[in-house]
Amino acid sequence: MAMTVHCDIVSAEEAIFSGLVEVVVAAGVGGDLGVMPGHAALVTALQPGPVRIVKQNGEEEVFYVSGGFIEVQPNSVTVLADTALRAGNIDEAAALEAQKHAEQALENQSGEFDYSRAASQLAEATAQLRTLQQIRKKMGMS
Amino acid sequence: MAVGKEIKQKIGSIQNTQKITSAMEMVAASKMRKAQDRMAAGRPYAEKIRAVVGHMANATSEYRHAYLQEREVKRVGYIVITSDRGLCGGLNTNLLRSLVKDMKTFHNDKIEVDICAIGQKGVSFFNSYGGNVVAAKTQMGDAPEVSDLIGSVKVMLDAFDSGKIDRLYLASNGFVNTMTQKPTVNQLLPLEAEQDEALSGHWDYIYEPDAEALLSEMLVRYIESQVYQAVVENTACEMAARMLAMKAATDNAGDFIKELNLIYNKARQAAITQEISEICSGAAAV
Repeated sequence: MAMTVHCDIVSAEEAIFSGLVEVVVAAGVGGDLGVMPGHAALVTALQPGPVRIVKQNGEEEVFYVSGGFIEVQPNSVTVLADTALRAGNIDEAAALEAQKHAEQALENQSGEFDYSRAASQLAEATAQLRTLQQIRKKMGMS
Repeated sequence: MAVGKEIKQKIGSIQNTQKITSAMEMVAASKMRKAQDRMAAGRPYAEKIRAVVGHMANATSEYRHAYLQEREVKRVGYIVITSDRGLCGGLNTNLLRSLVKDMKTFHNDKIEVDICAIGQKGVSFFNSYGGNVVAAKTQMGDAPEVSDLIGSVKVMLDAFDSGKIDRLYLASNGFVNTMTQKPTVNQLLPLEAEQDEALSGHWDYIYEPDAEALLSEMLVRYIESQVYQAVVENTACEMAARMLAMKAATDNAGDFIKELNLIYNKARQAAITQEISEICSGAAAV
């Protein structure tokens, strides 16, 4: 039987794969790399691309990762996959959007204002109901 | 019968409300289960990346990343995670209250506070309360994704990098169990380096391209995963809190209906008694 190494492929949102594998082939930033059992400890960033694994019984499986890292230790391989496509300018755009959102939220308060007014009206109605209720109770008792 | 018509109407309206709250309770219960699954699904990543970052931080001792260095505090940042929607008991209020207490102590020490609000409730709270909101993210739905958070986290990390803020905190609700949610404030940056003597110096990774670049990339991912975990956990908390609140509301409505029914019956009986006595006294007079 071929030698195997434990492999985990995880992303922040889910655990994608966990099990024994014979080889892991991933697209590192410095080129494709194949990891077999007993590989020296290594950490590298991954390019968007496929991660191919050969499982214990020779069955192959391919996962797509949009970047991330691979950590290799002699007895384990961990792929920390990104779920979103990452690039400097995309991240920048997302950051700008978050800031803009904050400004907009400060300017435009109407949506939430209506809600709080409705909430206070509800509270008022409840109070009225309660009062009515007490009056009825008194009448019922007498 | 004319007696207690208003009471009958009230009973009907409360019954309608009860139907809604009990439906909301059931929806929240099923959503909570999904949110809990999501919480569990993200945990391996957080653990793995923490282990790798911890090792890298220990192994490359000659290079200290800015995220690992303590510096003098002049301004702090908060990432505040709240729910988008209300009707979930005191969940958001408790969190914001403990946050305001923290902010007051900073204020007394003349330390300013920047806020990144995630979730509609936090945004509207800081609108009315006042506070320097530098980034916001709302409407993430029941299944938040990491990509939703990259932007707002980056704003805070950039502020840290450029020295605008000297510490970054994460405020969110911790999911203890279905009945209990605990507001927590954790320090994200600078990371408290875990000194593990057994690991340090014995062996090191081969780095590709180089340790520094990898470490800083990895730290960003680490922070993002922490924030993501907190958001998912907060969603689970929201659902649990809503479930409890709606259960309480349904029970209350039930009690209310029972009471109103009693009053209604009493009023009816009183009316009948009165009628009978009127008839009797009328007959006696004749």
